[in-house]
Amino acid sequence: MAMHKITVTVNGTAHSAEVESRFLLVHFIREVLGLTGTHIGCDTTHCGACTVLLDGEPVKSCTVLAVQAHGRRVMTVEGLERDGKLDPIQEGFMQEHGLQCGFCTPGMMMTGHALLRRTKNPSEAEIRQAISGNLCRCTGYVNIVKAVQYAAAKQQ
Amino acid sequence: MAPKTTAEVGGMGHAIKRKEDPRFIRGQGRYVDDITLPGMLYLDIVRSPYAHAKIKAIRTEQALKVPGVLAVITGETLAQYNLHWMPTLMSDTQMVLPTEKVMYQAQEVAGVIATSRYAAADGVDAVEVDYEPLPVVVDPFKALEPGAPVLRTDKKDKKDNRIFHWEVGDRAGTDRAFTEADVKVTQHIYLPRIHVASIETCGCVADFDRVRGKLTVYMTTQAPHAIRTVVALVAGHVGLSEEKIRIVSPDIGGGFGGKVPVYPGYVIAIAASVVTGHPVKWIEDRMENLQADSFARDYHIRAELAAKKDGTMTALRIKTVADHGYADAAANPSKFPAGLFSICTGSYGFKNAFAEVDGVYTNKPPGGIAYRCSFRVTEAVHTIERMADVLAQELKLDPADLRLKNFIPPEKFPYRSALGWEYDSGNYAGALKKAMEKIGYAQLRKEQAEKRKRGELMGIGISSFTEIVGAGPSKQFDILGIKMFDSCEIRVHPTGKATARFGTKSQGQGHETTYAQIVAEELGIPAAHVEVEEGDTDTAPYGLGTYASRSTPTAGAAGAMAARKIREKAKKIAAHLLEVGEEDLVWELGKFSVTGAPQKSKTIQEIAFAAYTNHPQGMEAGLEAVSYYDPPNLTFPFGSYICVVDIDRGTGEVKIRRFVAVDDCGNIINPMIVDGQIHGGLTMGMAPALLEEISYDENGNIQGGSFMDYLLPTAVETPKWETDKTVTPSPHHPLGAKGVGESATVGAPPAIVNAVVDALAHLGVRHIDIPITPEKVWRILKEKGVAE
Ligand code: FES
Ligand code: FES
Repeated sequence: MAMHKITVTVNGTAHSAEVESRFLLVHFIREVLGLTGTHIGCDTTHCGACTVLLDGEPVKSCTVLAVQAHGRRVMTVEGLERDGKLDPIQEGFMQEHGLQCGFCTPGMMMTGHALLRRTKNPSEAEIRQAISGNLCRCTGYVNIVKAVQYAAAKQQ
Repeated sequence: MAPKTTAEVGGMGHAIKRKEDPRFIRGQGRYVDDITLPGMLYLDIVRSPYAHAKIKAIRTEQALKVPGVLAVITGETLAQYNLHWMPTLMSDTQMVLPTEKVMYQAQEVAGVIATSRYAAADGVDAVEVDYEPLPVVVDPFKALEPGAPVLRTDKKDKKDNRIFHWEVGDRAGTDRAFTEADVKVTQHIYLPRIHVASIETCGCVADFDRVRGKLTVYMTTQAPHAIRTVVALVAGHVGLSEEKIRIVSPDIGGGFGGKVPVYPGYVIAIAASVVTGHPVKWIEDRMENLQADSFARDYHIRAELAAKKDGTMTALRIKTVADHGYADAAANPSKFPAGLFSICTGSYGFKNAFAEVDGVYTNKPPGGIAYRCSFRVTEAVHTIERMADVLAQELKLDPADLRLKNFIPPEKFPYRSALGWEYDSGNYAGALKKAMEKIGYAQLRKEQAEKRKRGELMGIGISSFTEIVGAGPSKQFDILGIKMFDSCEIRVHPTGKATARFGTKSQGQGHETTYAQIVAEELGIPAAHVEVEEGDTDTAPYGLGTYASRSTPTAGAAGAMAARKIREKAKKIAAHLLEVGEEDLVWELGKFSVTGAPQKSKTIQEIAFAAYTNHPQGMEAGLEAVSYYDPPNLTFPFGSYICVVDIDRGTGEVKIRRFVAVDDCGNIINPMIVDGQIHGGLTMGMAPALLEEISYDENGNIQGGSFMDYLLPTAVETPKWETDKTVTPSPHHPLGAKGVGESATVGAPPAIVNAVVDALAHLGVRHIDIPITPEKVWRILKEKGVAE
């Protein structure tokens, strides 16, 4: 299988590696870089547990090849906290009990974070629509919506 | 009830933030797939495309040529060690890998061991298997017919496909009550096979250290201690002995019962690690997970309810055919092949009841795990809450009035049910009335009447459920002979901080927080100073694990009891320090003080320090205790849910407009967490009511083996749940608490179904089986001539 040298900037740091064409971005993040906060919950692009930001846009990293990320910027859950300060979305999830098992949480937060960059003050319906590609089996979404609202208010 | 402790201490009743969250919101959780060990290999599994077939040959040569593939493990390999079969939790047997035939589609056929995930997957593709298809039995009724192919040919004496016949109650008395009844209603109810679909699938990393002879398995398990014993029993003959087995349940991405049983993949990974001497990781992908394990329900129920003309329920009779798949691997207590289905008399004061269940083998994967419920309680509650509405409709009574008329009244508790349970406490009318008030029931009925005139379809559904959770007591409850107690060990350190270890294992329920609150409540040590640990069998005391809402009723109680033992010792130390008799001391909020001289006191922290630095002569040093708590009874949480739906006459889509849930789980440890549990449970109740079903075609091909076809609720379909509570403490639990994690999954489905049926009742609709898909509703609308 053909190997490719790629360089991807993850959470602000450039990383280079040799990868197979078929190697998934999520595996690059988790196994090559050891950033295990990005999770895998399916293999059909449905659950969103693997959501990261690629050049600022949320993508499901289980459905992106590592080679497609070459020369681009990736942000994972580990990149949310800056200089020891939590991102408002992280605070929101903690304050509003927006997580239980925590497995969907990194993906949810990345989607929520991206939404708040686009839309400063989203309505409940907009929040629900935005996270509809991220499945949570534990929380029933009520508190996830509140977590995003908390972060929106905090950012004002 | 106002909390007894201050906010700083954070005992029961405080909505303190979760102690587990700081790691999860930073992506620092440690789930099983996050574990990487030096030299680790990967297992991937070859699965059967057939639901029933003879295996004629497995050819591995090509697979072994794939770069990175080291070995292929087949049933023959395991048979050399007599590990190709394993016992199930119900003392049936199940294949690890087949040597003769496969019994369901997606069954494990061989394991490929390789140096990477990708190489293992390539190896799986290269394994060639020759099958000879055999007749497939998917319908449990056909499976019971004489002349049906006998599926379990491995069992020498087995002549049919019946697994068990189980019955409970007074058959003759119930039959008599039916003969004498004014009204009888009968309804067939099918609760289809569904799947827990926790967002994390199942998996493990098995690590056998050849030098030390020690096996460590990091695995997605809700019951690590029981698993250790099972591994020791199953693999003792190959030299795995219990003190050399360590099961570690790391952070778990949701369980819901799916992570109670032992699945073949775990065993193959363990065998592969023992054989290769390397750590071996096995992580199911989602399709494997949806197709091969973690299935629930599949109950075909025929229910009959007898009543007087005025609506007084007099007798209940239920006959059920339970499709268990090819093995009885249900996660039930041993003496309960149909779980706690006998809670089917629900919240009502029946004099007579009788239930029988036949368990049946079919060519499907093993089913019978709980899907967030205490062993078939959902099936029972769905039946009785549906039947209550069927009766109300027959008698043209309001379903709320019918329930209020038949509830077991508060003064009758403890109440012995017709099927033998002693309900600990309840105030059913209190919960229903609160829900009715909150949702504005009377007003909604008026609105519905007006809408009907206009041809609009709106329905109101009620469910007033009673659960039964918290198994033990040990005299009735065991799993493979191991009694269903649970445990806690508390160590208070010299500086007054504590470590508390439990025999259970959180999968998102927040034990690190709620257990710390229990210790805080009992000892006055702030919850922030109590470190809770679970899931490592090398350190935690033995317990049966977390499922069936048993953590608070059993391990939570053990936490309180262990803390009380510590308080006893602390009192002796305080008496020594204060130079008074123990009888002169009173305990209040984290300190002992001298009766009548409250300024003379010692805090728990001072006492803890003294326990290591200045303990009385003749007393052992240290301040720790362990409790193995055997509950005297189960706990019986309850609640009343009311759901309002609107139905789109064009598409058949059911929209939940409002859903009010009033729950009663006794005294509450953390109201924020209880609310979260209810939100999640409601969503997992709505899921099977409206969306989820695993079905099979006549050849046993699964219809719904990916998230393309098996629909989990997203944030868009899920309504904004409205929760409220009443508090009726459990009289026997040391903290007055009951379990709560599953109440809503159990209570929600009938409320939703009752609402949909109510919306269509005037058209002559009396029942709809779940999932109530738009297509199903649209067909009804079409048939009744009201589709738009
Ligand atoms: S793991 Fe990527 S969408 Fe599920
Ligand atoms: S918190 Fe468990 S899946 Fe969302």
